Amino acid sequence: MNTWFSQLKYLLIGTLFGIIFVKAEVISWFRIQEMFRLQSFHMYGVIGSAVMVGMLSVWLIKKFNVKTLDGETVTFHPKKFNKGQIYGGLIFGLGWAITGACPGPLFAQIGVGATVVAVTLLSAIAGTWVYGRFRDQLPH
Amino acid sequence: MTILEFLQQPWPWYIAGPLIGLTVPVLLLVGNKSFGISSSLRHICAACVPAKVPFFQYDWKKEAWNLFFVGGILLGGIIAGAMLANPAPVAVNPQLVTDLAPYGITDFHSLVPGQLFNWPALLSVRGLLMMVGGGFLVGFGTRYAGGCTSGHAIMGLSTLQWPSLVATICFMIGGFVMANLILPFILSL
Repeated sequence: MNTWFSQLKYLLIGTLFGIIFVKAEVISWFRIQEMFRLQSFHMYGVIGSAVMVGMLSVWLIKKFNVKTLDGETVTFHPKKFNKGQIYGGLIFGLGWAITGACPGPLFAQIGVGATVVAVTLLSAIAGTWVYGRFRDQLPH
Repeated sequence: MTILEFLQQPWPWYIAGPLIGLTVPVLLLVGNKSFGISSSLRHICAACVPAKVPFFQYDWKKEAWNLFFVGGILLGGIIAGAMLANPAPVAVNPQLVTDLAPYGITDFHSLVPGQLFNWPALLSVRGLLMMVGGGFLVGFGTRYAGGCTSGHAIMGLSTLQWPSLVATICFMIGGFVMANLILPFILSL
């Protein structure tokens, strides 16, 4: 199932997702500034309604034991708490307000023609690498 | 109004939000995959520069779906930018227009402000801090937190994980501090 062809469905889902990102303007630096300055409800509406729909879907999947297309039981991966969620969360929040993008929108921003965001993306990859390299020395 | 004109308008939150939320069950049911985007950055590290770091020693090819997914986001950006772009400027709160004017940000025609994010700006302190510095914080912070807006705020909260709520609250605190207290200083550089 790990053939290149079977991966194409994720390319398609990602494409639709990217189009929604652009059309809802959630990849816009301006919309992120409005959110963090409490000047617009837009982003809160997007994230809030996305969480509501996600929650309802997960509840339905669990309640009716809905199987995947291949007939597997859907598996969930519980997240364990560690202090990284606090320190890392704060650090990511700082970066989010500067770049106006979380990791997903970085890809979409490049797509709409802001080619220089490729530098931001490379820097984000470097940030991930530095975290991996010094993970043992960081408080968790 | 043609269908194309209809699609070119910005989509309201109550259309876009639920569609983004639907990504959660679609990925679960199509391939038993948990929605998350920042992991793709880790897979890129594992594939390209593992450099004997234990954190990058795993079979990233098993997670290749995630790379196809973000490749799709890039492609979606290209399609939406080329065919469905809104010809009007981004309609922002007038207060934001007033707030940004002193920093020379006056053009709201593109989603990513060209006056801040452009190639020559990489040579300025402001541009370097925002693009290279900001990107670094995004990549470092999301991995340290174990997820980003998609993995924690949407997937994590959808599955009622309290660590994800902690992470989401911290994302917001960091964002508020930066946008209101630190960014004005960076923008004035």
